[in-house]
Formats: sequence, structure tokens, C-alpha cells
Amino acid sequence: MAEPLDDYIDAVSKALALPVEQAWRPAVRANLEVSLRLGRLVDEFALPDETEPAPVFTV
Amino acid sequence: MTTKPEMTAADIAKAVAGGKLSALDATEAALARIKQHDTILNSFTDVTADRARAKARAIDADIAAGKTVGPLAGVPFAVKNLFDVAGLPTRAGSKINRDLAPAKRDATLIERMEAAGAVLVGALNMGEYAYDFTGENVHDGPSRNPHDTTRMSGGSSGGSGSAVGGALVPIALGSDTNGSIRVPSSFCGIFGLKPTYGRLSRARSFPFVASFDHLGPFARSVTDLALAYDAMQGPDADDAACTTTRGLEPTTPLLANPVSDLRIAVAGGYFQKNVFPEAVEAVSRVAKALGATQVVEVPEAARARAAAYVISTTEGASLHLDRLRKRPNDFDPAVRDRLIAGAMVPAPLVDRAQKFRRWYRAQFAEIFKSVDVLIAPATPCTAPKLGQVNFTLDGVELPVRANIGIHTQPISFIGLPVVAVPVPLEPLPIGVQIIAAPWREDIALRVAYALEKMGVASAPSPRGI
Repeated sequence: MAEPLDDYIDAVSKALALPVEQAWRPAVRANLEVSLRLGRLVDEFALPDETEPAPVFTV
Repeated sequence: MTTKPEMTAADIAKAVAGGKLSALDATEAALARIKQHDTILNSFTDVTADRARAKARAIDADIAAGKTVGPLAGVPFAVKNLFDVAGLPTRAGSKINRDLAPAKRDATLIERMEAAGAVLVGALNMGEYAYDFTGENVHDGPSRNPHDTTRMSGGSSGGSGSAVGGALVPIALGSDTNGSIRVPSSFCGIFGLKPTYGRLSRARSFPFVASFDHLGPFARSVTDLALAYDAMQGPDADDAACTTTRGLEPTTPLLANPVSDLRIAVAGGYFQKNVFPEAVEAVSRVAKALGATQVVEVPEAARARAAAYVISTTEGASLHLDRLRKRPNDFDPAVRDRLIAGAMVPAPLVDRAQKFRRWYRAQFAEIFKSVDVLIAPATPCTAPKLGQVNFTLDGVELPVRANIGIHTQPISFIGLPVVAVPVPLEPLPIGVQIIAAPWREDIALRVAYALEKMGVASAPSPRGI
């Protein structure tokens, strides 16, 4: 049975020309679920529109 | 004079400079220990014996000629195998990189260590492409914990932790993106310094996550840690992230300064959750010794860890995208599957994670107005068994790999300097993070030195070899 993320994985796999063999799919899907869950945690946090990324300490 | 296995770098350098020990003898002793013990520890992937002997002879010749030698004269050291070592392909724990041409020039930090008189004896095992907290490697086998060789060294700088914890060398270099210096320091019972992001040059080392990659030293004493750190400081045009605004800021002369004027607090909330009793005990001992009674809540640390995860998996995926297309079967399957998933994370989430860093950094700037040092666990537990998949905490079964770095990630996320200090609990040591404000490595090292002098932090003798 297809999992909810399978169509998305197929689409990105094609868009990036990035092969995902069937045997790898469950692990890729599980990892992507974790990444998206943690990404949602970041997404939910409201930030001002003016916020800049902060890659380094400059002072 | 002969060397003893746990002789410090400072003592070796003093003996070599004073003519009581030759650099060659110090080097031969390290090579002999590697030969004797590394069949078990598996910390080295390359031993550069010829190069080391040539360097040691040159130092001895300088001393015989009356020339001044550096503060690390004759001190053997080794580097995680993501550092370029001239003549070796920089494998970075992978199978794929072994096909690279040999490096033509050493990494900047190796050049600086050798300019101070240190002697490179080899390159060290690590988790594939540094995407690891265990020290296990499917291509080279696991580096093993020197206190119990059935247990993890910690990763991804596992060989660095194992080699210094096993007293094969007094100093090793490693990298820390999300905890890869602090985790092996904790599991192997040694001191590790993750400097401020941008402090030490990363030139000619194999990257993982450009936003978070740091390089730094491991040692068995704080003095050795500071000596190595001081030798490696300085701007470097070959690393775009390396500071050009900070001059050399030597820490060794400041180590013995009192810490009584410092405002030291324990990190609360997130940093007190998901920890085993040994981590609680270690933090408690450190806090008690330093008289730290204040608990400071770090806001949104869980979200910081989440953002660190998102940035790591996506930047790592970007770095390896072409290798994932062309040689997917040559990766460790677990690393490959994480990286492929990372390539599929929508870009807005990454951008938001990067922007969240600025907000989170501002919270720490506020905290550091009233506090000089924060204390937190380095790992939630002592070293797990090799291959261990889950551990049970408060009756809940949790995956080991995903939880080893939960206390280190929210700190490296904004590049704060940290010394991981080993608390020698029985039967296994565990580390505590001494966290300071940006560019204040001197303060973290001073506190670590005070803890060492009080006997609260020390590197235990290796019991597993």
C-alpha cells in the first residue's frame, strides 16, 4: 500500500534526478518524516519578516 | 628519559625542549603504543610513521643546533581523517573519497600544530562523512571505547576520542558540527574543545554542514587542550568563515586565573530532561564544585535542536548530491538514506531554520549579560554498547543514535564555545559541557582547569586495553 509521502518522494526523486531504489524507500520515508516533523516545529515559530539568517558571530 | 603512556603534551614538550627526551623517542613511544593497542581500539586508519620520524629528527636537530623550538616540541598528535594530510586521500570516513587524489598540502591546523613542534603520527577513524554520533563505521569498523571495548567511542570523531582516551597520543584533532567533539570526549572520558564558530580555520578539511562545522582539539588535560588551541589560532584566508576581526587570544597564560569572579549557572529545562542518572550526577558534581546554584532556562532549545537537524540534513544532502546520484551503493546505507531524505526537505523550512538562529542567538546574548558560564550535560548517558539501537529512559524506549546529541546540538547551532570536561564516574566516565559566550574560550578553559585542579574533572586511565 502506498504511503502518504510516496508520491512526494517520487516527484522529488525525478526533479533532482536522485535515484531512490525500492529497498531504500522505507528508510528514506522514515527519515523524511522525522525531518518534516522537526521542520514543522521550526515552521510554527513566528518570526518577524525582517529576520535575517545568522550564520556567524561577527562581533 | 622514557615516556609514560599518559605523559601530557606539556611534559613531553618540556622534556624535549630541555634535552631530557628526544622528539624521536617520544614519537617512537607513540608509534609503539599504536601498534600494541590499536588492533583493539581501531582508532587509526593511517599511521604516518615515516613522516613522523622525519619530523621528530628535524626537531632533535634544531635542538642540537641550539635553535628555539615551539611549545609542542616533539608532541605526537593525530587527526580525524577528514583533515587533509599531504600524500593521503582525505577519506572522511567514506569509501567513495578513497578514490580522491592524495592531498597535496596539509590542513591549516596540521601546519600550525607542526609549526609549534608537534609531530603528526596518523589519521583517525570517524563516522562516514561525519554524519554520526556513535563512532561506528561500516567501511573501517568501529573505533572502540578505551574503557570498555564493547562500547561506542562516540562520534563522529570516534577515532580521536578513542586514541586520546586510550593514551595512544596526548592530543588529537577532530570536527564538531552537532557534537562530534563533545560526544566522543564524553564517552571516552577526555577533554575536548569546540571553539566559537569561525575561530579556528577549517581550510583543507572535508566539510559536512558549512553553517555548523567547527574544528578543535582533544586532550587528557586542560593545559594540553589550551596549548593545542593556542597553537592553532589565527586568521586564514583559505577559510571564508574564519574570523578576521579577532587577533590571537592566547589562553594558556590565563588558565590558573581564579574563577570566583565568574557567574556560573546550570542550564535548566530542556537540558535537564531526557538524561540518565549518571548525567544528572555529573552535572551536579560540577555545579557543586563551582558553587553554581542558579538555574537558567534556555528558551526554545528543543526548537533549536530541530532547526539544527533540518539545516544539517539539507546542507549535508546538498554537499553529497552528486555522489548520491552516481555512487549511492558506496555509502553507508544509513547515511545515504538520511542524506536522500535531506535532499527532499522543502527549502522554506531550511530558510526558516536559518532565520531562527538569529532569534535564538539573541536569547543567548541576553543570558550572557547576567551569566558567564552555563553548565549542561554533554551526553544523556555514558557510552552505549556498540550496535545498540535503543535505550530505556523513564520507562520509555528511545533510539540511541537520535538522542546522543540532543544536548550538544542546541549549542553548536549558534557556534558557542564549549569545553567538554570528563567526570570520572564508575564504571564509565561522562562529560559535562562548560559553555561560554562567543569568543570566550578563555573562560570555558579556565573553568575546566579549575575543575581539573579540584579533582572533579579528569581523564581516567584506559581500563579496556
